[in-house]
Amino acid sequence: MKTLTSLFKSNIREYGMLIALIAIMAFFQYATDGILFKPVNITNLVLQNSYIIVMAMGMLLIIVAGWIDLSVGSVAAFVGAIAAVLMVKLDIHWSLTMLICLVIGALVGVWQGYWVAYIKIPAFIVTLAGMLIFRGLTLLILNGEAVGPFPTEFQRLSTGFIPDFFNNEGFHITTILIGILLSIILIVLDVRARKNQQKYGFEVTPFYFFVLKNAFITAAVMALCYLMASYKGLPNVLIVLFVLITGYAFVTSQTVVGRRIYAMGGNEKAARLSGVNTPRLLFGTFVNMGVLAALAGMIVTARLNTATPKAGVGFELDVIAACFIGGASASGGVGKVIGAVVGAFLIGVMNNGMSILGIGIDWQQAIKGFVLLLAVFFDVYNKNKNV
Amino acid sequence: MSDVILEMRNITKTFPGVKALDNVSFSVRQGEIHALVGENGAGKSTLMKVLSGVYPHGTYEGDIFFEGKECRFRDINDSEKVGLVIIHQELALIPFLSITENLFLGNEQATSGVIDWNKSISMTKELLEKVGLHESPNTLITDMGVGKQQLVEIAKALAKEVKLLILDEPTASLSEGDSEKLLELLLQLKAQGISSVLISHKLSEVSKVADSITILRDGAAIETLDCQKDTITEDRIIRGMVGRDMTHRFPPRESNIGDTIFEVRDWNVYHPLHEDRKVSTNINIKVRKGEVVGIAGLMGAGRTELAMSIFGRAYGTRISGTAYKHGKEIDISSIDKAIANGVSYLTEDRKAYGLVLIEEIKNNITLTNLEAISDARFIINEPKEMTVTSEYKDKLNIKCSSILQLAVNLSGGNQQKVVLSKWLFSNPDILILDEPTRGIDVGAKYEIYTIINRLAAEGKGIILISSELPEILGVCDRIYVMREGKIVGELPASEASQEAVMKYIMTQEVAV
Repeated sequence: MKTLTSLFKSNIREYGMLIALIAIMAFFQYATDGILFKPVNITNLVLQNSYIIVMAMGMLLIIVAGWIDLSVGSVAAFVGAIAAVLMVKLDIHWSLTMLICLVIGALVGVWQGYWVAYIKIPAFIVTLAGMLIFRGLTLLILNGEAVGPFPTEFQRLSTGFIPDFFNNEGFHITTILIGILLSIILIVLDVRARKNQQKYGFEVTPFYFFVLKNAFITAAVMALCYLMASYKGLPNVLIVLFVLITGYAFVTSQTVVGRRIYAMGGNEKAARLSGVNTPRLLFGTFVNMGVLAALAGMIVTARLNTATPKAGVGFELDVIAACFIGGASASGGVGKVIGAVVGAFLIGVMNNGMSILGIGIDWQQAIKGFVLLLAVFFDVYNKNKNV
Repeated sequence: MSDVILEMRNITKTFPGVKALDNVSFSVRQGEIHALVGENGAGKSTLMKVLSGVYPHGTYEGDIFFEGKECRFRDINDSEKVGLVIIHQELALIPFLSITENLFLGNEQATSGVIDWNKSISMTKELLEKVGLHESPNTLITDMGVGKQQLVEIAKALAKEVKLLILDEPTASLSEGDSEKLLELLLQLKAQGISSVLISHKLSEVSKVADSITILRDGAAIETLDCQKDTITEDRIIRGMVGRDMTHRFPPRESNIGDTIFEVRDWNVYHPLHEDRKVSTNINIKVRKGEVVGIAGLMGAGRTELAMSIFGRAYGTRISGTAYKHGKEIDISSIDKAIANGVSYLTEDRKAYGLVLIEEIKNNITLTNLEAISDARFIINEPKEMTVTSEYKDKLNIKCSSILQLAVNLSGGNQQKVVLSKWLFSNPDILILDEPTRGIDVGAKYEIYTIINRLAAEGKGIILISSELPEILGVCDRIYVMREGKIVGELPASEASQEAVMKYIMTQEVAV
């Protein structure tokens, strides 16, 4: 029977970053005298980082496809600015505004995807241009000033919480119920996957490890829900995130289109010669990125309750870093949605923890840089060792 | 004339599963042009790689003596130091640098790291004079034709004070006139005492300039002909190149040939970059049910280009012509349409074009037809995928720890079987196999041939492109010969001999 250590070693890529995340959380929990895990802070952490996670999912697809998108910060700001002008200056209903914004995001993706996929200009250049173009357009639309505030319905996108159907003062029972439901679903899915693997005679992890893993996941989910419940319950944006993460994890691992994106990133020529319409697929990943950047832009704008010309500066770096920390390969074909989410949380916890500790933005940047390099080094080191 | 400048004794070089060179001895006399001929895969390039240090001392058996001294080259630099320069078929010039910069690349005329451009340019002028190239030293490589680039390569060799020049297919991509000039230059260099080894498929050139000819076949040196004593005819050389024992290399096969299943008419293709260069001219080919049709020809004859242009226009521009399946015209204007119409193409370069190396065997096999293992054509049914791919693993005898193994970790033969599985999974009626046995060992070759026979027996039409004549003769029912983008001959296997096919391939004038 495999020992725990050998099991860990063979899955080091999968679990390594998760363990790093836990270690960093534990460190900040200690260093901040327990502030990190206070319900209000945990809620804040989710709110602060939601847009990174939203964009990380689009970015992951682009990185897996073998490219990169530097424009997402500017695109988010651009869409935020449009949302502000539509709602505040033109008095358009918030729901229609959101719809228009998503369409504009898609159009931005069409624009960039066209140059990359059909004209074959490297994405680095196209999106660098996009970064400048959309930043410039943001300034133009906002006339260089901040625009706000917004209708409360729109703000709820990122500052609202799900209603509690039990109207319990001080403790959000619906949140706990959702947590329990989620835990059960996760366990059922994992059991089914394991049975399937056994049916086809594949080696599965030892049973005790399987139990341990599920106990851990359940504990993590329930702990999170408990913390949230003792504040204001689950934020709306967390629900959005959950739906997106589940959706993208499913699409990337279980569907034809997901499989093709990985094949395209792994060997574009082989994929094309296998009948995959690679230009169209690449185009699609950029359109997808545009929509997600638009969503992120609205979340950020709603949270700040103003659209400013400087919004979203540097977002692209956090998003790209999240993907690489989460194990995506810069040469394409490798990377997981869950990895990118873990990477995004890792950056989020560091941002949050360091801010609580009063570490200046100067050191924060430098430390994040080191962590990115270290994470990728760890990946490369493991890969070389295994060859 | 009789001093020996180079002697290679009993060279044996093995790759996993293949003996590329078997006890080959080869010697070159001072001041001669020595031609090295043989079929593709006979071991010419391997021998020259051993000589030039690409395969360092210790990775082969045998000894090399240059000017009487034993040499143990660790890399190309070592061999260049003693005056041995190899010019490869693919030129190693940097396109966006000037002639001068290229000539002295790695050999810069510099004092403490600062390049003396005046000195470099005046030396360049001298060297260009020597090779008869009238170009400014500042001309960029990219602005010159291939013929002139070849001369720059030779000038580069001269800059290194070459004593023995090795040219690997120097005229393969040159026009008639440029080839002429190049051969003239070789003769001039010979007069100046520089010996050369000329690897060439063009026998007319060989018999024109060579002082002696060594023939390699299946990794062994068959004979060395002295052109000064006897007159050597092209037929004589061809006989040496092909005469071999052909028993038991191919599984027996019974042909059961039906009606025409696939036909291409008046197919014309132009080069994707040089749009006025035709790479396929008026091609008419057909394949019948259960038939294996071979396309023979040299590398660069345009076979791959033709096949890829047929397969969903994966190569070339301004493609014209029509394709018929069972007599009905079909649309194969894109790869997915070609696959949907039952046409598939197995690439000659499985690593670059055939496999996603970082993915599992399973994912590679199903890539051509993912919908077939998906629910609602969208959600991959992994159990079904496992079952299906395991079947291919068993049927084609893919040796692997599991279908979850990464493609990169397989041997060449097994990788090829994965690529073959992937195309079989697309459920084709017509399979175009481009060099399906390149770089795989004898045992795996036999297995591939067996699979080809089985597919033919199942009623598929198979087009086999191969540079190995015995393979074409051993497997095919009918053979097309291609040269310079044209079909220059067609003959049934029963009438074909290696000599006959080789004649079509080698003859300069069309001799249909």
